[in-house]
Amino acid sequence: MSTQRPKDLLRVSGLRKHFGNQEILKGIDLTVNPGDRIAILGASGSGKSTLLRCLNFMETPTQGQIQLSGQVIGSERTLRDGSIQTTYSERELIRVRQRVGMVFQQFNLFPHMTALGNVMEGLRTVKGMSQDAAQTKALEQLARVGLLDKASDYPARLSGGQKQRVAIARALAMEPELLLFDEPTSALDPELVVEVLRVIRKLAEEGRTMLLVTHEIGFAYHFANRVLFIADGVIHESGTPDEVLKNPRQTRTQAFLARHNEFKF
Amino acid sequence: MWAYPEALLAGAAGTLRIFVICLVVGLILGLLVGLGRYSKLRLAYIPASIFVEFFRNTPVLVQILWFYFAMPMLMPFEISPLMAASLGISLNSAAFSGEIFRAGIQSLESGQWEGARALGMSQTQAMRRVILPQAIKRMLPALTNRAIEIFKMSTLASAVAYVELLQQGKLIASIHYNPIEAYTCIALLFFIFLYPLVQSTYFLERKLRQSD
Repeated sequence: MSTQRPKDLLRVSGLRKHFGNQEILKGIDLTVNPGDRIAILGASGSGKSTLLRCLNFMETPTQGQIQLSGQVIGSERTLRDGSIQTTYSERELIRVRQRVGMVFQQFNLFPHMTALGNVMEGLRTVKGMSQDAAQTKALEQLARVGLLDKASDYPARLSGGQKQRVAIARALAMEPELLLFDEPTSALDPELVVEVLRVIRKLAEEGRTMLLVTHEIGFAYHFANRVLFIADGVIHESGTPDEVLKNPRQTRTQAFLARHNEFKF
Repeated sequence: MWAYPEALLAGAAGTLRIFVICLVVGLILGLLVGLGRYSKLRLAYIPASIFVEFFRNTPVLVQILWFYFAMPMLMPFEISPLMAASLGISLNSAAFSGEIFRAGIQSLESGQWEGARALGMSQTQAMRRVILPQAIKRMLPALTNRAIEIFKMSTLASAVAYVELLQQGKLIASIHYNPIEAYTCIALLFFIFLYPLVQSTYFLERKLRQSD
């Protein structure tokens, strides 16, 4: 048995995000270890998506620190009043985003490229791989999500579930150390949700480090080793799926879960 | 009228030359202007906006005459009728197509930017690989109109006696005193040039729509 504590992959401390004078995130602390599968739950507007989007800098944090593999992202400067201001260079964020992949609710596939073209795009443009190498790798990723036969189809010809699986293949191709899922099944018809969740489950079984914002509480229970319940821009409750989803301590968590279970049969 | 094939041929060649020059210069400059207008950098936005407003709100004919007659008095070089006309039409067209480019780029959903950025693309890479190809597809009908406009604006070059179709038509009409025949013929020639051009852009639009 190794006595060494696993070095954390991502460490978030005191993360705050304002939009105008509205404070969406009010100080988030979070540590993600390699292999963690963290489900993030919460009502609409609670800040759960904003939290995720701050982690790959789709949104720039207003305050707080994000470390990736022990390295602080951005350059910090102490202001006269003692507060710390962080500035981020585009070049650094580009490197971060190559290590932290993201899958969006609306897929955000490039409609002018085929499924294969979508998966190859990052490999060619960002990683500078040759056409052949990128194609081989992209086909592997499409096979992984079960869409090898759709390689030459344009997104418009794919179902929502297939689109999302292509988007997952596209993110995977970049070999991110951490993968963020922002409500990946919320835009899908109910019967298409399962095919996407199966792919995510497979990735979980491979030991990938993932953060998943979702409304699929059942899936969160099976998928996650840790569940965060976000309310009003803070982590209101966190723990194992059993702790948070079966025996929530906070009344707001209980109320949230009760609403989700109201029409269970 | 048709007794002067060389004259008409020379006119057609002149029209085509000015069309190609103004189309290429107008579109390239228009793209730069459009990117400037889209930019958050004041250093790019302000000059691009001044450019657009100036050339959109002054008549091309006045610009051509100004470049031909006024500019040489201010600067120590000669300017040919072709240069004056090309400058006027290109710059005017750049102002209009710049606005088409800006609107086209803005019309794309923010998700496309995010999809590109999440892969680790730089702003420039995202623009080149993801945003512009889609924007241009959407702009194609508007850009086609631009091209048609440029083709027809080429007749303004006759104001500085540049040899193009209208100029030749005027010449023939005044020599033979046959304005009906001469100007009808010129109009038809324009139609014969433009109609296939417009049809081919429809074909191009259909081809680009394959991915939809």
